[in-house]
Formats: sequence, structure tokens, C-alpha cells
Amino acid sequence: MRRITLWLLSTVAALVLLFSYKTSTMGPGGESSAIAAGSDGSTGSSWSGTDDGSGTGSAGSPNDSSGGSPDSGGSPGGASGTATGSVAQTRWGPVQVRITVSGGKITDVTAVQVPDGNHRDQEINDYAVPVLRQEAISAQSANIDTVSGATVTSEGYRESLQSALDAAHLK
Amino acid sequence: MNLTVEIDRRAWVVQVMGLPVSVHLRGPEVRTDAVAERVERVFAELRELDAVFSTYRPESVLGRLGGAPPGPTATADPLVREVVTLCEEARARTGGWFDTRRLPLPGGGVGFDPSGLVKGWAVQRAARWLADLDGHDRCLNAGGDVLLRTGPGRPSWRVGVEDPDHPERLLDVLELERGAVATSGTARRGAHITDPRSGRPAEAVRSVTVVGPELLWADVYATAAVARGADALDWLATLDGYAALLVDATGRVAATPGWPGGRMLRAA
Repeated sequence: MRRITLWLLSTVAALVLLFSYKTSTMGPGGESSAIAAGSDGSTGSSWSGTDDGSGTGSAGSPNDSSGGSPDSGGSPGGASGTATGSVAQTRWGPVQVRITVSGGKITDVTAVQVPDGNHRDQEINDYAVPVLRQEAISAQSANIDTVSGATVTSEGYRESLQSALDAAHLK
Repeated sequence: MNLTVEIDRRAWVVQVMGLPVSVHLRGPEVRTDAVAERVERVFAELRELDAVFSTYRPESVLGRLGGAPPGPTATADPLVREVVTLCEEARARTGGWFDTRRLPLPGGGVGFDPSGLVKGWAVQRAARWLADLDGHDRCLNAGGDVLLRTGPGRPSWRVGVEDPDHPERLLDVLELERGAVATSGTARRGAHITDPRSGRPAEAVRSVTVVGPELLWADVYATAAVARGADALDWLATLDGYAALLVDATGRVAATPGWPGGRMLRAA
């Protein structure tokens, strides 16, 4: 179960990353704080759902236990429910996303908290997640489809460009 | 301006073998149950192989061996036999720099650990479930190692090569129609590749990315090159059908003559 949570929070953080990419295309500032907040999956995040109970327990890297998340069993195969990411502080204000998972797959992504109050913020709200997904690919990564890098464990994945590329095509 | 007709694309991500594994498919039927079923078989096979080969599971075949060389009981399983044979071949192909016989084990101590080979082998094997999806392009990524294929007349997959010092940046972008890209290095997990000669972590090379036809061998060669250190690029340049990009401990970037990326870097 803990691994499922971790995995989901990875994706939550991935979406926060997308917000940060948007930030970076529109001017300096905000990027690092957004990533830092999104990376901290163990704080201010919640998960509710069910597991299929098969508990096969993937083999994990010893590093997986960092960040206070014990590396104990749980196949993501049958997970269902929702996970809400921690609030990330962006240049425009707080951003928070919620992921809905059914049968181990992400079925919906919604922004539960976005900044408002001026024209630019409204623009962000209107396009929210879909636009930001596109930004992650075109602006940040030269329109790439995938990333090759040194072995990414579940811990590293939530901060990786690959997690953003995956999230952009999960629906 | 992009005049290509948009092809429907879908991704799946599952945590298996301790790694995030993603499957991206492009094609007309990516939203059908039939295609989803194939992808599910890929993940199911990876879970089955992990149950046999994980050194983190005490009940797996490798877990029960606890670092001992596989004997007749273990190699009675044809999959274990295949992996043991491939480990020997990997040692021969890399001049001994990829050696699964004396590696640090998860539970402490030193012993037989084929994990560095099993990942690429397992992904390559599981990807066969997608082999006959006509009209579909596939791109698998297992913790940073990529296996891909496009159909005739379809756009290539664009693979970013991560900058080991700035994971949010790319060293290069490769446009590939088929084959594999594997990266080994110290960026994500520190110096975790053991120099088989000294038994100590290898640190002279920061990152090696290998491109070639098979993920299994791209991965093995990348790992061997990190272990090898100083003369790794010269050795990589001798590999038939494979090319590489290397970042050394000082941050210098160089590539073998066959490197297909846009940087066109050469060894100094």
C-alpha cells in the first residue's frame, strides 16, 4: 500500500512539475519552489482507496526507504481511489492536484486548487492541466517522447521528466 | 510547422521490479480492450520474472540462493538457465568488466547477482507481447532504459538523453525507429556499479548512454563501461552495432564515432 501511495504521489508531483515548466516559460521565478514542494510527497498529501490485497511486493532499491516511506509490499495492479498532492507554491500562488485511479491506472486528473484573482491566473485556470501537459513536452524537452537516464527508482521517478511525459499520455 | 496527422497515443505506467515501467503506444487501436490486454500481459510477465529473479525477495529463486552460484536445482528452470548463460556471455563480451559473480548483495555480503542483466532481458522479453500489434508504434521505458519500435512510414520516437548533472535537462535527443537506449551511471543512485577488478564502486565515469539493437546488450555495455572507467570510450567504439555517449567524472562529454545524436561529439 505504501508503494502505491508513493507511486501516485510521483504522478501528483509530475503534474506539479508541469506547472513549474509553465512557469519557466513565462519568466523567471517560481520554478524551484514548485518542484521542491511537489517533490515532498510525504507532507500534506493524502490517499484514499483500496488495494486488491495481492500484496506481491515489488523488489525495491534500498534507497526506496528514504523520505520516511517504508518499502513494504503492495502491487499497484488493483489499486483504486484518489490521491491528493501536497500544495505547491508557484509564482502565481498555491497549486494542488488530485489523481483518480481505477484498477491501478490513472483515470482522471483534476486541479483542486489553482490561483485566481487576475487575468493571468484566470488563463491558467481555464487551461489548467491539459495545456500544462503540452508545455511539459514542447517547452522543456524538445518535443521528446521518452528519456533515457541512470536507473530511476520509485523515489527518483516523481521528480523525473519521464514521469511528466508519462502523465501527459495516461488518459 | 507540423504537418503530420496526429496519431492517437496512450501510456501506461506500473511499478514493477522496483522500477517505474512505462509503455507508450501510438496507433489507431490504443483505446481498445485488446491493446490494453496486451499491455497488461507485458506487466504481468515482468511481475512473473521479478518473482523468480528478484534478489530482494527471500522466496524468489535468486533470493533462496542468497548469492550462491546457481546449481542444478536453480538452473532446472529454463529461464534461470538462460539468464546464467547470458551472464557468462556478458562477462565474455565485456572482457570481464560486467561480472555478476561477486557483487554486493541487498542483504549484505558479496555473491552472484544477475539483476543488472535481468532488467534489460526481462523488458525485451516482455515486449514480445506487443510485437504483432500491426499499425502501432511502441516505446517502453524501464527506469530510464528504453526499447522502441515504429511501423513503416511512421515518425521516429524522440529519446532525450538525460544530463546526469541536471536531470531536468537533456544532453542530446535521438530520433530512432527501432532499437534500445540504456544509460548507466552514478547520477541517480550514487556509485552503485562495482568495479569487478577492485571490488569497489566505480567512480571515474559519471554516465554512459548506449544505443543499439538490443536493450539487454545496450544495458550490459553501459554498465560495463562505467565499471571500466578511463578507457571506456575507446572500448565502446569497438562494439559492433552499438554507439555511446559518455560523461566523465569532470563533466566532459564525448561520443563514439557512430553516435546518432545531434551533438556529433567526438572523443578529444
